[in-house]
Amino acid sequence: MQTGSPPRPFRSHLSGAFFGIFVTSLLFSATLDAQETAHAFVGARVLPVSGAPIDDGVLVISGGKITAVGSRSTVAIPEGATVVDVSGKTLIPGLICTHSHLGRGGGGDSTGPIQPEADVFEAVNVRNSGFRRAVAGGITSVNVMPGSGHLISGQTVYLKLRDGDTVDALVFRNSDGKRLGGLKMANGTNSIRKAPFPGTRAKSASLVRAKYIAAQEYAAKLARTAGDDEKTPARDISLEPLIEAMRGDRVVHHHTHRHDDILTVLRLADEFGFRVVLHHVSEAWKVADEIAASGAACSLILIDSPGGKLEARDIDYRNGAILEAKGVKVAFHTDDWITDSRLFLRMAALAVRAGMTRDGALRALTLSGAEMLDLDARVGSLDVGKDADFVLLSGDPFSVYTKVEETWVEGTRVFDRDDPADLLFAEGGFGAGDDQVFTDCCLERAGDQ
Amino acid sequence: MRLFTLLAVGLLWATTACAQTPTGPLEGLPDRSPAKGIDTPVTANQATVILAGMLHTQQRTSAGKWRAPIENGVVVISGGKITAVGARSAVTIPAGARVIEAPIVTPGLIDARSVVGLSGWLNSRHDQDQIENSEPIQSELRAIDAYNGREPLIEWIRSFGVTTVHTGHAPGQLITGQTMIVKTRTGEVDAVVVKPLFAVAATLGDDAMVEGKSPGTRAKQLAMLRQAFIGAKEYGEKIARAGDDPEKATDRDLRKETLLRVLSGEIPLMVTCMRSVDIQNAMRLADEFQLKLILDGAAEAYEHLDAIRAAGIPVLAHPPMYRASGELENASMTTVSKLIAAGIPCALESGYEGYVPKTRVVLYEAAIACSFGTSFADALGTITLSAAEILGIADRVGSLAVGKDADVALYDGDPFEYTTHCVGVLIEGVVVSDVVR
Repeated sequence: MQTGSPPRPFRSHLSGAFFGIFVTSLLFSATLDAQETAHAFVGARVLPVSGAPIDDGVLVISGGKITAVGSRSTVAIPEGATVVDVSGKTLIPGLICTHSHLGRGGGGDSTGPIQPEADVFEAVNVRNSGFRRAVAGGITSVNVMPGSGHLISGQTVYLKLRDGDTVDALVFRNSDGKRLGGLKMANGTNSIRKAPFPGTRAKSASLVRAKYIAAQEYAAKLARTAGDDEKTPARDISLEPLIEAMRGDRVVHHHTHRHDDILTVLRLADEFGFRVVLHHVSEAWKVADEIAASGAACSLILIDSPGGKLEARDIDYRNGAILEAKGVKVAFHTDDWITDSRLFLRMAALAVRAGMTRDGALRALTLSGAEMLDLDARVGSLDVGKDADFVLLSGDPFSVYTKVEETWVEGTRVFDRDDPADLLFAEGGFGAGDDQVFTDCCLERAGDQ
Repeated sequence: MRLFTLLAVGLLWATTACAQTPTGPLEGLPDRSPAKGIDTPVTANQATVILAGMLHTQQRTSAGKWRAPIENGVVVISGGKITAVGARSAVTIPAGARVIEAPIVTPGLIDARSVVGLSGWLNSRHDQDQIENSEPIQSELRAIDAYNGREPLIEWIRSFGVTTVHTGHAPGQLITGQTMIVKTRTGEVDAVVVKPLFAVAATLGDDAMVEGKSPGTRAKQLAMLRQAFIGAKEYGEKIARAGDDPEKATDRDLRKETLLRVLSGEIPLMVTCMRSVDIQNAMRLADEFQLKLILDGAAEAYEHLDAIRAAGIPVLAHPPMYRASGELENASMTTVSKLIAAGIPCALESGYEGYVPKTRVVLYEAAIACSFGTSFADALGTITLSAAEILGIADRVGSLAVGKDADVALYDGDPFEYTTHCVGVLIEGVVVSDVVR
């Protein structure tokens, strides 16, 4: 697959600086060219997700965007395009992980349970090797979250896994340049800790309620005193994200496991009008009707065995199938480092094993996740006008024997299994090392529950 | 009154069932059935016949090669043992036998190193007996005194086809205690035990260091282990010198007694270590005291293939899906294929997890090994016969062969495929799992 594919920009931090500068300058123009020149991937089974599978399909990209997709007989390959024969392969949209701890960033600290002002954007180490493993697994967009040891641990950040060495190079921004992300909340036992953290579930809900009420009052005061500098309240950056959430501009990503905790989240969402994605949702199968009635979306994790803590005891592989059957919007997440980003396709395959439809499982890895992050206008399916984020697979997305051969982001190849430097991260081995050890409240506390 | 009781029992049952599995209507979910015939009642003296679309016996030829799988194969079971194995055309099916059918049939799987039964799914103090942290060396701790045969994690791994498990004390101190081998039937330990003592479990590297206490460095770890083995040796010599003379007799020391059995070669020392430096240290220690060493985990073993093969050391390889961080930062999904290619005896394990998943499933792990360069038969071997050979139980389990225990796993497709289901499991001829998982 070397022919016709542009090289990735050189990652200078992985090699000698002088050589890096030299090669970077050499390749920079080549990379730009790659994004400008049209590429046509021809002959694969194309799974656009937004439409029916296309056998012997064609995907044309140009300027970092998808410019055509369809069967060989219907798509005209632009003159001058680089044609890449991918017969026998499968093309799918880049995968979207709705909940990850890539870059090992934290949000709030141990001083209190509610810290919406902390933004994980400012804590992500994008040079962590986990990012290389993620693209080796076909992931192209992620919601990076702070941990679950707080009721509100901070703001989350949506990253595009471009080849970049700074978080600014990776972050999603809207047309105004504002960076995009959600708000991380949690309930259940992870955030029940020693004071000043709550000691019970009722206290957890009550602290959250009080904070949202404070945000409502703050917003009302701001509105009342608009234009009057004397009366305007002092700016409070811990309340601003909550106001955004209540306005619907910032999605709440809520860690929750037990059936009653799930309903508590739905109650709070209803009370304060925030849009919520339920994350993990181990006991979703017990309250599937209530979830369906609420309209809330679910981002699921599947773990190789139940338990690890009491509230995950009844986690069931059939969550995906049951929620799908009830009409609930379902996505998956790696929770990296909890599961390895290289194995994200495997998680959806296990949901298929437990009865989810194959189409539903692939949608859950892509378009449904994009919808949960409000990014579906840009990513999540192979549609004209969307970012050229896609994965070239050696075969069936849900087979253990299938390999991610290439991952492309915005028209640039960010993973190539034929490149030994990339293969190292796909397989592991000396030099693939993680430069940080993961720590998380839940892990430290695992023995104390 | 009677109606009330029935109602109460019914409610209780519903609640119990509801606590762990989804019940009620699951509209739209495909109907999946366990293996055909698995629910057929059977009498004590009745034979069982298993008809396989494809039968992976996992037998080896005298030259050590895997025998080819048998299309339309048959396994005949009587008295808990296998009495015949072969192609349908070559095996006489006993009249009146119970017949069970499945597309793919393999030997019951073996998990070559686990902590299930000592470590439970809830991960709370009352179900975590896999490690005792009061001292760095406690070789006297027996696994059989801590095994909960009713632990749900055992039922969980069994439902994927695991019928034998080498379990016991976890890594995490220099010597955490002993391990044992059990069948995964639900029940009291005495009824399921295969070997009450298989190995003494040791750990080298970061996992066995304690802040502010000893050992705090690798050099200290080796010094403490050497001192312990020297002490045990001297204890043995003292007992030998004393003979039957009660005047010279020394007080019994259970810790040293266990280490003496390691020194004599009766019991292997299983050393959990990931880094290259720790693998080398384990091999140096084994060489010095002439120990029967088994390497456990051994993430960087691919750096020492020649030395490991030359020393004849088997490896219980870490799960390929272990997280690649900390001491496992250089872990590779290709390690199993490299060990096997080098001719090193190698089995796969679920290992130890402190959080989630509380146990791994060796079927899943062998699938990844298979996808990363290991042949199907070799990958299946790491959780069947190769594991049995390393654990010294190949006379009873590990392959479908006449005279062995009738431990059998049934699948509705390639057992390694993500979307295949285990559709039944037998231990010693008895159906122990009929869920579809």
